[in-house]
Amino acid sequence: MRSATAIIIGAGHSGLAMSWHLTARSIDHVVLERGEVANSWRTERWDSLRLLTPNWQSRLPGHAYAGEDRDGFMTMSEVVHFLQHYAGLLRAPVMPGVRVTRVRHDGDGYELSTSQGAWRCRQLVIASGACNLASVPPLSDGLPAKVASLTPMQYRRPDLLPDGGVLIVGASASGVQLAREIQAAGRRVVLSVGEHVRMPRTYRGRDIQWWMDAIGAMDLRYDAAENIERARRLPSPQLVGTPERATVDLNSLRQAGVELVGRLAGLRDGRAQFSGSLANVCALADLKMNRLLAGIDAWVTGGGLEGQFAAPHRDAPTSVGAETKLSLDLIAAGIGTVIWATGYRPDYSWLDVPVLDRHGRIRHDGGVVAAPDMYVMGLPFMRRRKSSFIDGAADDAADLAAHLHRSLDRAAA
Amino acid sequence: MTTSTSTPEQVQNGVNVDALLGAREALEKTPEAAQFKWRASCEWLNGTHSRSTIGKFFGLGAEQSRDQTFTVEADHPKIFASEDHAPTPVELVLSGLASCLTAGVAAIAQRRGIQLHSVKATLEADMDIQGILGIDDDVRNGFGAIRVHFDIRADASEDDIKALVAQSQKRSAVFDIITNPTAVFVTVN
Repeated sequence: MRSATAIIIGAGHSGLAMSWHLTARSIDHVVLERGEVANSWRTERWDSLRLLTPNWQSRLPGHAYAGEDRDGFMTMSEVVHFLQHYAGLLRAPVMPGVRVTRVRHDGDGYELSTSQGAWRCRQLVIASGACNLASVPPLSDGLPAKVASLTPMQYRRPDLLPDGGVLIVGASASGVQLAREIQAAGRRVVLSVGEHVRMPRTYRGRDIQWWMDAIGAMDLRYDAAENIERARRLPSPQLVGTPERATVDLNSLRQAGVELVGRLAGLRDGRAQFSGSLANVCALADLKMNRLLAGIDAWVTGGGLEGQFAAPHRDAPTSVGAETKLSLDLIAAGIGTVIWATGYRPDYSWLDVPVLDRHGRIRHDGGVVAAPDMYVMGLPFMRRRKSSFIDGAADDAADLAAHLHRSLDRAAA
Repeated sequence: MTTSTSTPEQVQNGVNVDALLGAREALEKTPEAAQFKWRASCEWLNGTHSRSTIGKFFGLGAEQSRDQTFTVEADHPKIFASEDHAPTPVELVLSGLASCLTAGVAAIAQRRGIQLHSVKATLEADMDIQGILGIDDDVRNGFGAIRVHFDIRADASEDDIKALVAQSQKRSAVFDIITNPTAVFVTVN
């Protein structure tokens, strides 16, 4: 059985950032990777996807984007290249093609079963990602057999979809991006909208991510957030990364011809039933967006920086129309595909240590898992608002590597 | 970013927010105690006139009784050849929605430190009665749409008041009951 002091599961941005810090602290470790570096970015994303954060924000310990297009958004192959380059730079001890199939507690450490034999470690860092599985609601069981059912992880591009219209369930980043490109490809698109987070791509001449960073919102710590459980479950904002820095919101989708309906509430006898709460979820998102923009305005005014930025403005409130459908006969309406853009969750099926709560979420305190010497990385608002972003890995890895190091020193003392 | 000038302690909307938050915290730890059953019974009086009786309910893991039993009557107006002893059931549904949203506004205002001075909800619902009369199968029996208008005076900005009303809808049981389907099981002895 091979062993290392620390094992990192996953060679994405989180695992590599942690590897950088462990190397800096001379802690012997390996990074077990089921595929190759940046595996999820290679294999589980649709063709047109770009990062939602601008290039300058791709910052990792000891490395940052150095190209010409600082305000652009990386394509997936650019992200893969960026992370590959980073792994090479670090000389990270990545073991590719090693899939962890089971982790169990063993004495004062962990024993890992993998596709390439067993490993032992004293300390374990789970950096296998927050989005391994698409969350599909149980009511999807009621979908007629004739209608194809896809998750965004299976979707690649519009021309590979079965014929007919497309019902997209969920209007967070994935749902609005898919609605935008499938509608543009000439398909009928019905978008089912529950609670969502509306955000303009740019505000007062800067990218919204620039503002979130500048006003300190991305650095807000988990133990300072008002309701951390709710903050962690918040859907991703309605953003798309495009060269033209387009804003995608429900108004622009509706103008493009996308039909908006309420949250999917039932599927019975081939009919989809939609909630009558559409107007309110839009009102909630408009109010929340305007509170964020007011916070930005207050930051600008408070710093006496009005001269540096364009004037404040507010986008039009979301208009949903009075004739939104409450139900739809999928077959009669020619809907050939339903895409479940209803969120993602991590896969812990291999984790045989009792650290999951009744919802299957890992119990942790800012990434320090409720089991000895176990850490997790990259979950939404795990330690800071930016924890699930590429830009969030550096600070989290620094904190958790320090915690891990202290624990190692205590054990040695 | 609330613009209210009062602190939650100074605000008096008659809602015990501390008790509600305490209950929420306790129920997060014991989700089985959060399983409630609400009940009503209804007796036919004459014609379209009926009287419902509402008393005990189940919650917090036990049968709960209250100080009194309530009765609510329903009937239909004279243009339906009824005697108009009481509101129609559909008007009681509107009343239920209005009361639920109004209670929510008060509770959320208290939590957010917003002093209310007056809250008035006005509701109107569309109904094509060709549905209930069986004239046209394409017309549903229930409301085509419901419009709720809130007139609120409070120590808060316009957006903060709008946010109260939006949050109240988000957390309202009756709003959910009306906007989403519910399975109904009816038995006869």
